[in-house]
Amino acid sequence: MMAKRLMTPFTLSNLIHLVTKPSLLACATVLFLSACAQKPAPSGITDPLEANNREVHAFNLAVDRALLRPTAQGYGKAPSPIRQGISNFANNLDMPSDVVNGLLQARPHNAAQNTLRFVVNTTVGIGGLFDPATALGLPAKTTDFGETLHVWGASEGNYVEVPFLGPSTERDLAGKVVDFGLNPLRYILPSPEGNIATVAAAASSLGDRHRYSDTIDSVLYESADSYAQARLLYLQNRRFELGQTTGAAADDAFEDPYEDLYGN
Amino acid sequence: MATDKLIITRRGFGIGLVGGAAALALPLPAAALTVDQARALVGRAIADVNATINSGKSASAMYGDFERIFSRYADVPTIARSALGPAARSASNAQLSAFTRAYQGYIARKYGARFREFIGGEIEVTGARPIKSYFEVISVAKLRGQAPFDLRWHVSDRAGKDLFFNIIIEGVNMLASERTEIGAMLDRRRGNVDALIEDLKTA
Repeated sequence: MMAKRLMTPFTLSNLIHLVTKPSLLACATVLFLSACAQKPAPSGITDPLEANNREVHAFNLAVDRALLRPTAQGYGKAPSPIRQGISNFANNLDMPSDVVNGLLQARPHNAAQNTLRFVVNTTVGIGGLFDPATALGLPAKTTDFGETLHVWGASEGNYVEVPFLGPSTERDLAGKVVDFGLNPLRYILPSPEGNIATVAAAASSLGDRHRYSDTIDSVLYESADSYAQARLLYLQNRRFELGQTTGAAADDAFEDPYEDLYGN
Repeated sequence: MATDKLIITRRGFGIGLVGGAAALALPLPAAALTVDQARALVGRAIADVNATINSGKSASAMYGDFERIFSRYADVPTIARSALGPAARSASNAQLSAFTRAYQGYIARKYGARFREFIGGEIEVTGARPIKSYFEVISVAKLRGQAPFDLRWHVSDRAGKDLFFNIIIEGVNMLASERTEIGAMLDRRRGNVDALIEDLKTA
């Protein structure tokens, strides 16, 4: 009941509409011929669902306070090398998905680097528990299907806060749904091993909640308006990850407080 | 000890030269800030921050140090004014200066508490370039147990001397974040700037 109410403005048909926009399909078909024209970098915040998003935010805060934060604190008591190993293991299992996304984005170099990483860490790194690839100069080129949609020309859409998952945009949420089914390992691994991947990913998220607890706590519990602060951080950081904060248009989006004071 | 934490790489130096050439091509007044001066300012600020982090002082002593570093290298009145947003236009001069003082202490406590995460790490300047009427100094922060992250400083001399007025961490810019935060605090006080100033003193 609660989840249904929380999710109403973001229906499956919205999602399908977003993914199957004609421009997107056209873009996807010419993907390997040429890069699609990029829309101007977004600036500002598009949040027409704010009232509903704030309800989800309150729900997520309650989940974090009651469940996630205390569990992460408990998980943080495990020895650091073990937490690091689990985190490496989970990240390694994500690599095939990053390879697929790299190919869909027509970034063969990233796909090749991630493939090499996966091979090195799975063998030399004992099933991915260790990360010798980074030491060898092969850092992860982390990506997701939300970025693939961006490369294909999708704009970010409205800001949404998702129950349990937190800040996102319509584009990135659509990406998350696709990413869930995109990892080839999901189809290759037999069923008990497949579950290990999910468990490792959950443990790895707990590890992140623990490792960045100072930052996350300061945003969630020490901000005057944690919803607005989380929204701003997510959008700015995501645009940075997607390379939308470089170039002349992005420079114009940066603010010059002196213009206000002295004119220009 | 402090300055050897600041490594200017050959690549960074090259970018600095290119940025310098671009700066020369811009129609700037003769005495204006150059890309090298912007770099140097950030270099000094980083050296001071590194010295404080590695001094082994108590947390409260470090807050005092950070407040001094902040007031020496940052344009605090402009940052404060920007954080206050539209309310700054209708505030009196007395309110603005009281707000700026309270805000400076608040910032030192808020960000000073986080500087512990920098212990044992280092910040390396890798480049600088002109943007519009100011400069962006690009650095990489390498903290223990974390992947290196992008840290940018916006530097201007519009206040009469070289000072930074914005810090951007992985795309997240401090001015915008502060305006959101101070705006929310002001909303709680129904727009009463004096009440906001009192809140800041204890926040």
